[in-house]
This record gives sequence, structure tokens and C-alpha cells, in this order.
Amino acid sequence: MKKKLNITPGEAVGIVAAQSLGEPGTQMTMRTFHYAGVAEHVPTGLPRIIEIVDRKSKPKKPLVVLRLKPEYNNKETAEKVAQRIEFVALEDIAYVKLNLAKRKIIIRIRPDAKDYYHYIDIPKVLEQLKKQLEKEDKRRKAKEVDHVVYDPEKGIIIYFTEEIPYRTIYRRYMKYKTMAVNGIPGISMAVVTEENGEYVIKAKGDNLKDVARKVKEVDITRSYTNNIMVIYELFGIEAARNAILKEIKDTLDLQGLDVDVRHVGLLADAMTYHGKVMGIGRTGLAGSKPSVLAKAAYEETIKHLAAAAAKGEYDNLKGVTENIIAGKILRLGTGMVILKYVPPKKSKGEK
Amino acid sequence: MSNHYYPSEEEIKRIEFLIPSKELILKLSKAKITVPDTYDESGYPVEGGLMDLRLGVVDPGLKCKTCGGNHKTCPGHFGHIELVKPVVHPHFAKHINFVLVNTCEHCHRDLGVPALKKKATTKGRPEKCPHCGKPLGKIKWEKPYKFFLNNDELTPEQIRDWLKDIPEEDVKALGYNPLKVKLEDFLITYLLVPPVRIRPSITLESGEKSEDDLTHKLVEIIRVNEKLRTNIDAGAPQLIIEDLWSLLQYHVATYFDNELPNVPPARHRSGRPLKTLAQRLKGKEGRFRYNLSGKRVNFSARTVISPDPTLDFNEVGVPRRIAEEQTVPFPVTEFNLEQAKELVARTEYPRALYAIKPNGLRLKVTERSRERILEQLGVGWILERQLKDGDVVLFNRQPSLHRISMMAHYVRVLPGKTFRINPIVTPPYNADFDGDEMNLHVLQTEESRVEAMEIMDAKKHVLSARHGRAIIKHSEDAVTGVYFLSRQDTLLTKEEAIRVISNAGLKELPEPNKDGLYTGRSLLELLIPENFSVEANTKIGGKLKIKKGKIVDGVIDGKSLDDVIRLMFVKYGEEITQKFIDGSFRMGIEYLTLQGITVSYRNYYVDEKVRKEIRKVLEEMDKEIANYILQYKNKTLPRAPGMTLKQTLESKILEATTKARNRIGEILEKAFGEDNSSIIMAKIGSRGSLLNVIQMSGAVGQQVIRNKRPWRGYYKRVLPFFERGKLTARERGFVYHSFTEGLEVDEFYFHAMAGRESIVNTAIRTSRSGYMQRRLINALQDFVVRDDYSVRDAASKLVQFVYGGDAKDPTFATYKEEKEFDDSRKDDIDTV
Repeated sequence: MKKKLNITPGEAVGIVAAQSLGEPGTQMTMRTFHYAGVAEHVPTGLPRIIEIVDRKSKPKKPLVVLRLKPEYNNKETAEKVAQRIEFVALEDIAYVKLNLAKRKIIIRIRPDAKDYYHYIDIPKVLEQLKKQLEKEDKRRKAKEVDHVVYDPEKGIIIYFTEEIPYRTIYRRYMKYKTMAVNGIPGISMAVVTEENGEYVIKAKGDNLKDVARKVKEVDITRSYTNNIMVIYELFGIEAARNAILKEIKDTLDLQGLDVDVRHVGLLADAMTYHGKVMGIGRTGLAGSKPSVLAKAAYEETIKHLAAAAAKGEYDNLKGVTENIIAGKILRLGTGMVILKYVPPKKSKGEK
Repeated sequence: MSNHYYPSEEEIKRIEFLIPSKELILKLSKAKITVPDTYDESGYPVEGGLMDLRLGVVDPGLKCKTCGGNHKTCPGHFGHIELVKPVVHPHFAKHINFVLVNTCEHCHRDLGVPALKKKATTKGRPEKCPHCGKPLGKIKWEKPYKFFLNNDELTPEQIRDWLKDIPEEDVKALGYNPLKVKLEDFLITYLLVPPVRIRPSITLESGEKSEDDLTHKLVEIIRVNEKLRTNIDAGAPQLIIEDLWSLLQYHVATYFDNELPNVPPARHRSGRPLKTLAQRLKGKEGRFRYNLSGKRVNFSARTVISPDPTLDFNEVGVPRRIAEEQTVPFPVTEFNLEQAKELVARTEYPRALYAIKPNGLRLKVTERSRERILEQLGVGWILERQLKDGDVVLFNRQPSLHRISMMAHYVRVLPGKTFRINPIVTPPYNADFDGDEMNLHVLQTEESRVEAMEIMDAKKHVLSARHGRAIIKHSEDAVTGVYFLSRQDTLLTKEEAIRVISNAGLKELPEPNKDGLYTGRSLLELLIPENFSVEANTKIGGKLKIKKGKIVDGVIDGKSLDDVIRLMFVKYGEEITQKFIDGSFRMGIEYLTLQGITVSYRNYYVDEKVRKEIRKVLEEMDKEIANYILQYKNKTLPRAPGMTLKQTLESKILEATTKARNRIGEILEKAFGEDNSSIIMAKIGSRGSLLNVIQMSGAVGQQVIRNKRPWRGYYKRVLPFFERGKLTARERGFVYHSFTEGLEVDEFYFHAMAGRESIVNTAIRTSRSGYMQRRLINALQDFVVRDDYSVRDAASKLVQFVYGGDAKDPTFATYKEEKEFDDSRKDDIDTV
């Protein structure tokens, strides 16, 4: 049914959308902003939009927003969950040092670790590490660890046997440094905020997958990350489409730029209508067009022409660029309609 | 229709891409080229050379030996070179590698390994051929065009035989179409020589002839080829033959592409790399982007623009000189024969410049030819008359970032040398008058004129498709003027009122009030349709209420004006809206001329008392900051969640400076009162903001570099005369003085730092956003709304079921309620 003020059929809505999004690009600032207590400056403006549109596998500054299941929605639980997910490496609670000459790795607990990470049971962590070392050695033929000096208050010193090469010791050292003692890899700086009576955890990182698997208090269906690819893998293509829409719209709103949602929505649909998230560049949408001429006129001219020749392809001249190249009338707007005027036949009496 | 203004009815239906086979090349070729030479001593083309007359002629006076045409009519013909030994085409080397890896070297059958077809690597080859059972070796591709089998080089001849031997069904399995492409054509034995037209020689001033890069390259190819031939015929040692062969390969490869990786580019004598075939097509200046996607046009003009508020905003003032040069076709019919004769007979503007006979012959109308043309002139002729008032033209300013960078305007021929436009249409073009130039295109067909008037007319683009808000609307002084007129207390004498309305082109004064004076509102109401009602928020505060065409309450300022224009456009259409915009613009300007508005130093002068207040605010800010720093140093500052202590301090300090600035703003607003021109303009949104006032009268405030207070420079200090490690405002870019007071040296320096940053950012941003827009347009350009409101791409694949979910046009989408529309527009909007 045709309604008042509907879009005109034939309108080149793609081009209008691209112009509406591209034209204000020059007005965007590169300013960053504080994201609800998370100290990190999240890239906004042009860099962020380019990031989304390019389908970067990881945003420069990833963020997660976690909402809790209703039964866990209270401040204490939220704070506890926030602590639990914050990634802490062994390095953060202890000085990890390598002494190759004496074939030892020294792990000494930082004196202020208790203040910062009061929720981590440090002696237990060390004990586990010790047990793990012993267990590992049992499985091996040659003993690697000579002996371990263990003090629950101070730390551990691991001495290695003469047999093993320095390389292995160094590799062990690198491993222990970044060994997880708490939390989910990639998640840091978790902060609890209140939004409409709900406690929301915001943190750096985008490892929503592990959160979904490991943290039972989190309602993953209402949680969010600004990494579109994670959303896609976790929730599917429709969710990814909505995430693209939201991220671009939010970025534009923050800049005070007014762009109709329909334009952003069309871009989001364009990036997802192939069933997977595609960027707009030559590796994505623009490169997947069926027209040889359109691809050749865009980027990598020679590559596309050679491939077309080798396969004996046709260009059916359906799109915009192809028809401009061929000097034909475009199949959009008034060019979409074909009118033929047949002049009325003059009766014999006239003339 | 056979006249030259209409596109030919013969259309290209589709374009097929192929590799020319031996047969095709021999069919196309009109001459076999064997002589590595161009012209002889007398300057005559050598037969069998690269300028052979059978390849067409470019020099006047000669006759083409193939078609018999002269330099104007001969389209040029191809020739060919027969290579003694085949060579690899550099652009198909990738495909050769693919086929070699995917087929058996013994029986030349497809190996049938799907993984190999995704990624052609020798590692993925099975150990034995599934067809003949023989063990398979290692294929190595040494880019760009050498191939090895088990470390023995495969000669192009061997490769050719291999590819030739692959059975048809296996070619199909490899993903190639055996009916169209012969795999052995990936190797070149017959080389097409392009016509001379494609590679014309240039005659220098000294009379010396300089050849095109392609000709140079072809000369090399023939020379090496002939040398190779004589050596083979003479039975030269294998080594020499191989050397010459690889040299031939090099020349052919660089003839196609002179930017191949790992191949030294062939150079001109001067050391400049040659521009060969690939270079002609590639990139921004290549054939595709420069000549095919963008085309040069006739019937265009360009000059500087300047403002003229007396023009309607969909008009353009065209200089007489341009109007005399540009032409519009004028088909002669039985109805306008007299006019046509008049046009030809005239000796002064506007007259006909050319007359085109029904047979297409074009005659220039001159003193001498005039009489004869007049005699013959009849129905079926087409005149080309000069541009005159009322013609439709397209007007454009680059960069053309959106569709409203090009709109249709009606011509007004004016004296002077610049295009004149109403300053009100500058926002869509993003134009100003500091030397901007714009382009004008004169339309040549009836169709294009109709489309321009019905679709591109500037008055139809008052609302932007980007956000559905008015883009063609008052700015700056015009807003101020309309604001004053819309104020309840504005009264004009009869003389003043006449001046104001006559400037807007109106003749009837409204009813005066009982004192014989005219309210500003009543003058504006002359432009508002009778039934028009609107309630809109104003920037200054409160609501604007227009009921039944009368301004009942509130004022028209920057914000409410937008709503008025928007609703008027949707309800009453472009004619009435245009009259309102143009009329109120002129009224506003005229009224402002009567009343006068100015800003000067006086507007920003603050007396000692206010200055003291400001100083007090700044002192308090300093104290607050000092307190934070103290807390930071003895670690009693509470750490904000998710931040380090240092970050907490910085954010607290920035907060304090912002607070101080806001307080200064309040003080100044109070001190200056409602009558300060600058404050008025800021409040109604016509120009400037309160921040500008604060910086001029109060304090310039905190300078920010990369979102932080300035921090880089010397060891623990930004400038060399600061105390080390000090974190207070002054040392980190706070400017205590106002622009009227003048800045201290260090303050000036910080201000310059921040200023530089923003200039650098702007420069970077324009290039980045330009590239993003190019990519966006390339990705989205084929999406079109169909009759059923679905959005589809060029292959008719569905993108959206219904455009935007509701099929609404974003231009009008700000109106959600259908009932807001007046029935007066129902002719325009069909309801089915």
C-alpha cells in the first residue's frame, strides 16, 4: 500500500546513505571520551566509524557491558563478579625474575599486592603453582625442576636441573609471567555502575565468549561488547547487524551529528546481507560485486581484468559504475522506467 | 531521432572478457610487424614497421592502407608480432601456477584435490597421480613468471604443451570454460600490436620525433625477437638462445606491466620508468577512473561566485559573457518558425549562434551566412541560441560530497564577471565567497530539463535527505533580523514597514495597530499561509506558537525557524516555502539594516568589579587544584573506579577548570545583560556562542592537546622556565587571561600548541574521510528501492524487505504522525 511521504521507488538509497554518512565525516572530531567510569578513552568519531566499516576483528579499545541475571542483581554480587572476571596475571601480584646463570626463576610477592588484590588468596595461588610443577614433572621422563623453595608469605624460587636447555627455562619464565591467577583473559578494569536500579559491570576487553562460559551470574543475552565480530560469533548475523547500527549511531550522536537511522540501517544491512559480516572495502562488499568493470574501476584494476579474461566472464552492465563506463542510462530513478511514446496515427482526412 | 543531442539507440548490452587466441589475433591483425623501426630518414613510415600505414594514419595527408581513410576517419587497425618462442603473460602467471599445481605432470589430468583449488601450493599435491599412478614432483613458481618442476626450469614451450594437453572436462573441473578460454593462451606467441592512434608520436618544436612509451617497448620486443630468430636459424649455442629468450620474456612482461614485483622497471633514456599497458589503466589517473568513470563535458562554465540576496535562492546570476558563449538547442517547428527566424536575424544578444540543417550539417551564423540561412530555415532545423533568463542549468561546487552539491537553478543574466547566488543556498554547496568557484552546466535535451526542474530544482531540496531538517535556511544576520521582527515588542513606522516588505517584494501592508504602527510579526505573517499552525521549541527558551498563520507567542530564532520551514515544506510544498524563506530573509536583512546591530570591543569590555569576580573564581579554582595535587602527593586522593591515581587527578583538575569556566560564563552573562549584541546572537543561535564571549572577556581557559593537558617538552616540565614537577594549572596549559586582556608568553605558546593540533587534525581528517566516503559509495551504490519498497542490489539480491523498515523517506521522516499533514497537499501525495 502506498502511503503518504513514502520513499520514491527507484531512489538510489544506497548512494544517499553513503553520502549522508560520508559527508559529515569532515566535521567529525577525533576526540575521545570517557566511557562511564572506565578510564580508557574509547575512540570515537571518524576513527571509530572507519574501524566498524572496515570490519576490524578487534576494536582498538574493546569494551564489555555485562548485565546480571535478576536473582543476582545486587551490588555485592555485582562487585564480586567484577572482581572475579578482572584478569590478573602472576606478574601483577608478584615480581617474576629470571636468573639464567643460576638456572632459577624467582617469584616474589609484591608487598602491596594484598592491598590491591585483597580478594585473591595469594598463598593458595602459589601452592597451586607448586603442585602443578610437581605434577608436570611426574609425567615427564627427565626431571626438569631440581627443587622449589616455597614460602607462602614471600613467594617461590624454582631451581631447574642441569639437563634442560636455557631456552626451556626462558619459555617457562615467559609463561609464568602471564599466568592467570584470576579472571578471564582479556578482561580488565571492571567497574560496577548503576543504571535504572540495575547493577551493570563495564570492563575493558571483549572476551564475552569466556564470560558466557565461566560466569554463571551474568545474563549473556543482555550483555554487550563493542566488538562486532564477537557479537556475530556469539549471537549471529541479525545481532551483528543491530550492533553495527548501534555502534555507528552512538558514535554519530556523540559527535552531535544528525543522520537518519535509515541510512545507518542500510549500511548495517549492506554489511550483513550476505549472511556474514563484510567490510566495505576491496576485501569486502566492493570486492564481491559481480561486475568486472565496477571492480576494475574501484581498486586492483589489473587483477580483476586478468581474472575476468582468464575465466571468460561477462559483464551484464546492471550496476551504476558499469553503465557510466558504457555510457548508458542508469537503471535507477527515472531511468528505471521505460516509456515509449507511440504517436497517434493521423487519419487520412488530416495532414 | 538521428540528431546528435540524443544518445544512439544502439546500446552495449554486455561486455565479454577473453584472452585473444591465435585465431582472433590473426583475424584482427592487418599487418605483420617485423621491422624494429618507425620512420625512415624522410619521415615516411617504414613498411612492416611499427608505424606501418596498414595500422592506420594519424598524420594529415596520408591515406590508410587498410581502410583508405584519412587521419580523421580512420579508426586505426591492429597488427601483430609473431614471437619465435612463447613467453608467459605476467598477469596470467597466477593462473598458470594454479593449473600446473592442480594437474599431473605426466598425464596432464586434473588431480581432483579440492584443497588445492582453494590454495594452490605444491605442498598440497598428493604423492601419486590418481590417474596414471606416477609419483608427482614439486612445482615452484618463482614470481613473476618462472616455473620449476623438481628444480628444473619449465620453459614456456613446455608449459604451453602441458596446458594444451589437459582434456576439456578437466579444464572445466579446474574452473575454466574450455569453450571460451584455451589454457595455452596464458602464454603469448602472437602479440597484438595496437594501432598508431593508441600510441601517437609527438613532434617536438625542434622537429624531432618522440615516440610513445608503448612504441619504444614494441621496438625492443621486435628487436630481441628478430635477434632470437637469427640465432636459432644460425644454430647458436643453447645458452645464448636461453639468454635471448628470457630477455624477450622480460620485454613482453614489462610491455604489459612495468610495475611487476621483483622485475626492474624498463626505463626511458632519461631514467623515467615507461608507462606501459597496465599503467595506462590503473589508479586515479588511469583510463578507468580518469576517463571512463568520469567524463569531460561540453556546455559548461566556471567562474568565481559572489552573493546576491536579491535573487531567489533557486536562481543563479550568470555573467553576460558566459551567457553569450553558452547555447541551448532550439528545434524549429511549424509553431515557432517566426521566433526562429528572429533568432537568426538578430545581430545582438540573444541570438542564434549556430544552425543545424536537418541532415546534420552545422552552420555558424555569421554576417555572411545569415541571409542564406534565413532563406533556407525551416521545420526540422535546430538552432543553437544563446543562454537567456529563465533557462534551467545545473550548478555545482566541488567537492561534490552529496547530491545537493549539484542542483538546478534558473538563469538570470547579469552584468559582471561572477556567478551570483543567494547566500541562503550556500550550506548545501558548502560555499562561501572568499574566492570559491563553481561550475555551471547548460542542459541540452528536453528530458534533462524536465528532470532538472522536477527533481533537482534547489527549491525542492530545502530539506536534507540526511536528517530531514532544513538545510536551505537563514543564517547569521538573517536569523537575527527575523528574530527581532518576530519579537512582540517590535514596532515599525509606516515608512519602515514599507521598506521592509517592499524589500521582500510585497506590496500590501497589513493592518496597522491603533497607534498607526506595524508590528514586526504582522509583516512576517504576510508570508505565512493562512491555515498554518505550529508549536516549536526555541533556542532562547520557551515555545514559538503560530496559530492559523498568526504568531501568537514566542519568537522565531535559529531553532524554531528550522521547525517552521520544515513543517511548511511538508504541508504546503516548495513554492510557498521558497517564498517564505526568500521573503523573510530579505525582511530580516532589511529590518536589521534599519535597526542596526554590531559587535565591538565595547561588547566585551568588563569593568574592574566583574574582573575581580572572575579573578576570584580563578583563584578558587587554583586552590581547588592545589588541594587535589596535595592529596595526590600524599596519596589521600580517593582513586576513581577504573582509573589510576594519576588519571583521577587529571580528571579532577579538568573538572575544576570546566567548573571555573562555567562560573565565569554565568558572571559574564549577568554582567552583560540581555542587550549585549554578542549575547543575543549566541542565544538565538545566529552567530557565536557563550564560549566565545567567555574567551574574549573572561579567560581563554584550559588548552588541551591530545585530550590531555599539555605534558610534553622538557624533563618534568613543559616549558623551560617552569619549576620541575609542578602540576598546577598555569604550568599545564591554563590560560588565565582573556583575548581582550591579551595573553602572557607561556599562555600564548600553549594556545598556539592547541591551535596547531586542530589544524593538523583537520588536514588528516579530510583525506581520511574522503577515502571512507569513496569506499562507502562504492559499496552501496547499486542499492535501489524497487516498486515494492524492497531494497535490492545490482544482481537483484534482497538487502532490505522494506526500505528502512517502514518505507518512509528520511527527508520527511521527522514527522511521525500522518495527521500532521494538511489535505492541501493531497494532489502531490497519492493514497492508494
